[in-house]
Amino acid sequence: MRYIPNSPDERAEMLRQIGVASIENLFDSIPEDLRLRQDLKVPAALSELELLAKFEQTAARNPAASRISFLGGGAYAHYSPTIVDHLTSRSEFFTAYTPYQPEISQGTLQAIFEFQTLVCQLTGMEIANASMYDGSTALAEAVLMAERITKRSKVIVSSAVHPQYLEVAHTYVQHAGIELRESLYCTETGTTLPESLAAIDDQTAAIVVQSPNFFGCIEDLKALGDKAHAQGALLIVAVTEAMSFGLLRSPGACGADIVVAEGQSFGVPLSYGGPYVGLFATRDKYARQIPGRLVGEAYDKQGRRGYVLTLATREQHIRRERATSNICTNEGLIALAATVYLETMGRRGVQQVASQCTQKAHYAAREIAKIEGFTLPFSAPFFDEFVVRAPIDASTLLDRLAREKAIDGGIALSRFDSSRPNDFLVCVTETNSREQIDALVEGLKQVSTTKSPRH
Amino acid sequence: MNSKITKVTTHISPNESLIFERSHPGRAGFSLPPLDVEESALDEIIPRQLQRDDDLSGMPEVTEVDVVRHFTRISTWNYSIDLGLYPLGSCTMKYNSRLNEKVARIAGFANLHPLASESEAQGALEVIYELQQHLAEITGLPGISLQPAAGAHGEMTGVMIIRAFIDARDGKEASAQRRTMLIPDSAHGTNPASAHLSGFTVKTIRSTPEGLTDLDHLRELCAHGNVAGLMLTNPNTLGLFERNIQEICRIVHDAGGLVYMDGANMNALVGVARPGDMGVDVIHLNLHKTFSTPHGGGGPGSGPVCCTRELEPFLPVPRIVRTGSCSDRVQGKGSDTAIFKLDFNQPQSIGRVKAFFGNYGMMLRALAYILTHGHDGLREATEAAVLNARYIAHGLSSDYEKPFDAPPMHEVVFTDKRQARKGVHTLDIAKRLIDYGFHPMTIYFPLIVSGAMLIEPTESVGRQELDQFIEAMRSISREAFEDPDLVLNAPHTTRIGRLDEAAAARKPVLRWEPKQVDTEPRAVAGG
Repeated sequence: MRYIPNSPDERAEMLRQIGVASIENLFDSIPEDLRLRQDLKVPAALSELELLAKFEQTAARNPAASRISFLGGGAYAHYSPTIVDHLTSRSEFFTAYTPYQPEISQGTLQAIFEFQTLVCQLTGMEIANASMYDGSTALAEAVLMAERITKRSKVIVSSAVHPQYLEVAHTYVQHAGIELRESLYCTETGTTLPESLAAIDDQTAAIVVQSPNFFGCIEDLKALGDKAHAQGALLIVAVTEAMSFGLLRSPGACGADIVVAEGQSFGVPLSYGGPYVGLFATRDKYARQIPGRLVGEAYDKQGRRGYVLTLATREQHIRRERATSNICTNEGLIALAATVYLETMGRRGVQQVASQCTQKAHYAAREIAKIEGFTLPFSAPFFDEFVVRAPIDASTLLDRLAREKAIDGGIALSRFDSSRPNDFLVCVTETNSREQIDALVEGLKQVSTTKSPRH
Repeated sequence: MNSKITKVTTHISPNESLIFERSHPGRAGFSLPPLDVEESALDEIIPRQLQRDDDLSGMPEVTEVDVVRHFTRISTWNYSIDLGLYPLGSCTMKYNSRLNEKVARIAGFANLHPLASESEAQGALEVIYELQQHLAEITGLPGISLQPAAGAHGEMTGVMIIRAFIDARDGKEASAQRRTMLIPDSAHGTNPASAHLSGFTVKTIRSTPEGLTDLDHLRELCAHGNVAGLMLTNPNTLGLFERNIQEICRIVHDAGGLVYMDGANMNALVGVARPGDMGVDVIHLNLHKTFSTPHGGGGPGSGPVCCTRELEPFLPVPRIVRTGSCSDRVQGKGSDTAIFKLDFNQPQSIGRVKAFFGNYGMMLRALAYILTHGHDGLREATEAAVLNARYIAHGLSSDYEKPFDAPPMHEVVFTDKRQARKGVHTLDIAKRLIDYGFHPMTIYFPLIVSGAMLIEPTESVGRQELDQFIEAMRSISREAFEDPDLVLNAPHTTRIGRLDEAAAARKPVLRWEPKQVDTEPRAVAGG
């Protein structure tokens, strides 16, 4: 096996040297009847050539990967500068472990420190951790943290939060004695209205909203935060489309107490849903309640600046069952990719991408709304995603659009909510050219007015 | 010398600053095509009060060259597997193949949106299904979910499955009396943290002087009647195979509990023995350990959960299942025309633990690893990993205290007991090892061994390097007796010395702030 440096001869010599008769004897501590007596039913080894051919062939059965696409809903197609993959592919980064030995891990540690700083700048918060698994688990951890801080057990979640994020939150809190209550969004604006949060009381730990929300609508975070704070509850804000930070008022500036986000938009490939990176930011005063790793500045005896993992007494390897979270391995390399992305694009690049996304999305929305029978059901302002109501069943429409026009036109909301059969979510980013948008509009027009050739 | 010329005695890289300190207004590292649609006035589409009002102040403005040099420079401050032995016990730092990286970057996978329709993503689903099949075979446990994003996430998932199973078996009321999770004192900290997250109370089981689970203590704890399960690492964190594993499983099962195995140490077992055959009910694997997906300086990981048929209904949704063949067979589109589907209809499921399907890119890499090795190669890797650990155990036994006599599996624990007499402790030995060009081993873990040094070489290291490592360790031991200060002040060869971690935690500085801009370095780094 080409990944194993020692040849069979060398291994035989090593066995002799340590006084073990045979390879099989290395496993003497495993009871005889537990040892496998036959080969694993795994295929024989493939050469590099065969392996690549196999995977290329399999990948070819993912036609969606090469389509013109307007899919969003928690994962976004943005341009990633070439250097992002190159720099994260350096051995020194991608084959390193968690930086437990700071003297020989300063590269990773400094990059995380820069990541934490960037997350603070984008979210408008004071501190951020070294990353969570993704946006959905970061949200669940934020709910658990709110309970720890407030010692209250009720959490009100807007039903305009990404449905999969809601599911994950329910799973995480099911044994934590937390009652998750969903509050309805307004079906006209598409947003969470403060008056709909009637269930809020002095037992409420937090209210959770997403902005832009699952429907792409921008929430009035300030008003929602005021409502929460009046009852001593925290405002938790989730963001799935992190590019919106480039244009929209930061959750921190709107009074958020905890901000979580999915960082995939920052240079991370779609890769069928992962690995992505969860961003987690909060206020200084909650530093000792934050889950996950933190990197802090430190100095050596000569006064030279470096970085170390810090406030470890919150974490599982020290505090065990009383830790703030069970998280250990997080998403280091993806956080690095986001860091390289954000530093390459920089202040102006992130602003320009955000601006292009919103301009193109609004162009697309205007053009789609002109098609006979198509409407935009929600009135609230949006960033780069919006809901369209078709004159016919949306999933049939989108299937035909994919088959006949090779365009993935959006996500049918009936996948998440059966009461919205004709609605679909369209996402437009800087990667969608005007030509593509026009093709989408033309395709929707044609498919909605003609019969399917196959049926 | 002309005083206007500032002489640099070392290359600039030791002094690379934070990117924020290099930023200069007007520098740009990006290029975008011009906007190709009619531009609306921003205030007309997004009300002013919803717009950002800080102009993203503080974010860096640098060029592409700045970024490339910045990260290349700081990268040189890292140790990495590609540089050499990375013997962190319990972490399995094995070679990360470039081929696997290439597979993960194939456009048909890398550009695939997770909400693409099932029929348009059959290749991606097949990869998940195929990896599930192989992991089920390797563990001997047929129910499987690849959704958890890391080991601890898999632990949480597995323990929640145990809880859901007992709820269903005993009814909620009786189940509420079973809230004790047994965990050995040698376990990873994630085990008790994950058990707590699932609503269990942790009770600790003692280890015997031989370093194995104390069966008498286990029986005693099980006699209380409230045991939901046991979380056991096998081989355990001392690198020893729990040879009484069948008896352990029997005791827990007889008490009405289930056995969870932490699969962190599966690199000692793949192709040699299967947890399912031992009586284990549920296990998590670490694809970023045993199956070589890169650790990435702290993730991404992937922590699949494998379980018995009995526990399968409780796995997270969606499940990825294979259904009958389609009519394409007659059209000659290949012999294997199975259809892969997402199955959400699992009423007993614990629910979703992550958006989408898990860390898919890691699944591709792990599958490539398995297929590249084949059944022979997988077993060969296990054998080589155990042999390397035994070789180190043998090579260091005359210089370091080995607290347990039993021969280790894939990792071996030593202590600083002898060197400590000279005031040289595990931390010092670890730091001195850096001067010899090696990454230190895992230190002070497991917690039950005073001054523990847990060494796991993996199969990815050749004999010459093992010899060099052994020689380095022996040399450090000699230094501890002859020149302890040399070891106590190590490392001597790194860009910075030991950092004051206590001060860092007392007044944590967790981000760069503009007001702290200080262009004068606090001291010039030495060479």
